[in-house]
Amino acid sequence: MSLELVATILGGLTIGSALMVVISKHPVRSVLFLVLTFFLISSNYILMNAQFLAIVNIIVYAGAIMVLFLFVLMLLNLSKDNEPKSPFYIKIAAVTAGGVLLTVLIAALKDGITVGATSTVDGSSEGLVQNLGHLLFTKYVLPFEISSVLFIAAMVGAVLLAKREKQLID
Amino acid sequence: METSELIEKLVLIVVLFAVTLGIAAYATYFERKVAAWFQDRIGPDRAGPFGILQPLADGGKLFFKEDFVPEAAEKWLFILGPGIAMFTALMTGSVIPWSTNLTLFGQDIALQVADVNIGILFIMGFLSIGVYGIMIGGWASNNKYSLFSAVRASSQMISYELAMGICVIVVVMMTGSLGLREIVDAQHGMNWNVFYQPVAFVVFFICALAETNRAPFDLPECESELIGGYHTEYGSMKMGFYLFAEYVSLFISSAVISTLFFGGYNFPGMDNFEGNTLAILGVVAMFTKTFIFVFIFMWIRWTLPRFRFDQLMHLGWKSLIPISLINLLITGLVIAFNEGWFK
Amino acid sequence: MNTMQSLTDRKKVVSKKEMTFMEKLYLPAIIGGMWITFKHLFRKNNTVKYPEETREFAPVYRGQHVLKRDEEGRENCTACGLCAVACPAEAITMVAAERVKGEENLYREEKYAEKYEINMLRCIFCGLCEEACPKEAIFLTDRIVPSNFERDEFVYGKDRLVEQLNDRIDITKRQHTGKRSKI
Repeated sequence: MSLELVATILGGLTIGSALMVVISKHPVRSVLFLVLTFFLISSNYILMNAQFLAIVNIIVYAGAIMVLFLFVLMLLNLSKDNEPKSPFYIKIAAVTAGGVLLTVLIAALKDGITVGATSTVDGSSEGLVQNLGHLLFTKYVLPFEISSVLFIAAMVGAVLLAKREKQLID
Repeated sequence: METSELIEKLVLIVVLFAVTLGIAAYATYFERKVAAWFQDRIGPDRAGPFGILQPLADGGKLFFKEDFVPEAAEKWLFILGPGIAMFTALMTGSVIPWSTNLTLFGQDIALQVADVNIGILFIMGFLSIGVYGIMIGGWASNNKYSLFSAVRASSQMISYELAMGICVIVVVMMTGSLGLREIVDAQHGMNWNVFYQPVAFVVFFICALAETNRAPFDLPECESELIGGYHTEYGSMKMGFYLFAEYVSLFISSAVISTLFFGGYNFPGMDNFEGNTLAILGVVAMFTKTFIFVFIFMWIRWTLPRFRFDQLMHLGWKSLIPISLINLLITGLVIAFNEGWFK
Repeated sequence: MNTMQSLTDRKKVVSKKEMTFMEKLYLPAIIGGMWITFKHLFRKNNTVKYPEETREFAPVYRGQHVLKRDEEGRENCTACGLCAVACPAEAITMVAAERVKGEENLYREEKYAEKYEINMLRCIFCGLCEEACPKEAIFLTDRIVPSNFERDEFVYGKDRLVEQLNDRIDITKRQHTGKRSKI
């Protein structure tokens, strides 16, 4: 079985589960399909020999952010009965906005460089850790450092918020 | 990929699968025995000599129970939950190196299913999605206690993953590689990471307790508050999967701890051996360390009382994360100093 | 203020003093606790492996009842009903009958219990029947009432209560304890 065929099947599955995110009536199911979508995207990354990106995608999105999503949705107890009724004009506006976004995306990506889904399987190894790290710390060092400062600030902020609560009570 | 390599990997996978399941099964027996010893009792001793057939009896009992899905449960998710728990627990073992290469029939066989260059991240990834088994099962049960358990499990996992990840980063910084085989090889002989990173080890160990939902962090499945938590509504082998997955991850996390901090298959005086003898002794060393940690996990469970949930969150966010961040900073500075940055 | 006097010296006053750094680490306390449990690994266990070994019963153990016969093998019970009156759980019922000629070797007195039933599910094994009995006819023994699947099976009739002639139940231990030792 050729890798091209695997890539096609995976791509189809990805799109299918991404559609299910939107179609699913129940928000928890939507989130679970979103998790599935992330996994399928990760498997596409693996086909492109980008293992680091694949696993980070799983750790960060599927493992942390989606767990938080699910956490909140489970607590909200959303069901068909207490679904907010949105007026008709809002629905029209939503469809229009979504359609416009889709058009823009298609227009932007239409002329993009098409790289085969599995083109780098044998030769290049841009996605491997060493090469990725090298790129991050040479070519993209400034954006990388800025984002890491942002993250450390967020983390320190989280710890600080947790600590400050007690002082307020005192 | 050659056929011989394929067969080699397949055999390795089957062996690892069987060994992991066997050890998990006997961990349930061992847990009951350890609990009994700590409480001046005898423990299971009826099934076979010394009760060693107890896991078979337990498994058989679970198999013949009625397979039941509650009416109000989400059927497919209810079935999916234990499957995910078991799957993620078993997958983690695939990247752990069990020993040096074994030479059989003129072939060099690596005792590691997959030597991926993101090894430790692979483990972190599967650890972090392991919570889905609990969350999906707990939510799909349509039971408030199960839901509580699912919510507790998710917040606990996310909180402790951070500190755990930072401790892993420290080890990765010292080795300069994410691959587990490189990490183990860097700890040749008695050059174990625990001697250089005791703080990281302690934090990692505490986080491992929390990630495997073991006491004193077993809030998602506490009997007294949540009547069993996420597996309240489960019965038969689906329940068995959850219970089993817990022991599989107990075994795997012990293996990960010994790999990261206790030198994996390294043992003092290993330079006197070579070839297959070294490989077999390496397996023995690795399993000895793993079993010692399995015992310590159980020892802690039967000694310490359970945390309260706010204490759990305080420990995670206000103690472990700052400690591991400071540890990370110091390690970075020392590494930079050793490489001559400040000269 | 007149506070209540404590009966034991075990009370411990809660202190809310600030913990020292070592105490805040908790690790010394945890290791201390683990050392305590570790010492228990080498203790002798207290288990009695029940079906093979049995524990000795206390002489005052109150188990399944027995309706005694005297030395000549005659039933002591005269169906006076005092045990049934004394029974707080109302577990005892009986039907009295008059002894006819030729039955002197079966019953000691002129009146005897034709039917005597104890519902073991109601019985609380308090031993008040034994205290109430004027004829030393009923005693509680160190036998355990066996479990059963049917409720009806727990209503013990005379067939299971009266001791067999060839299998006398020894109740001397009960007679020689407590109040009865005076007799």
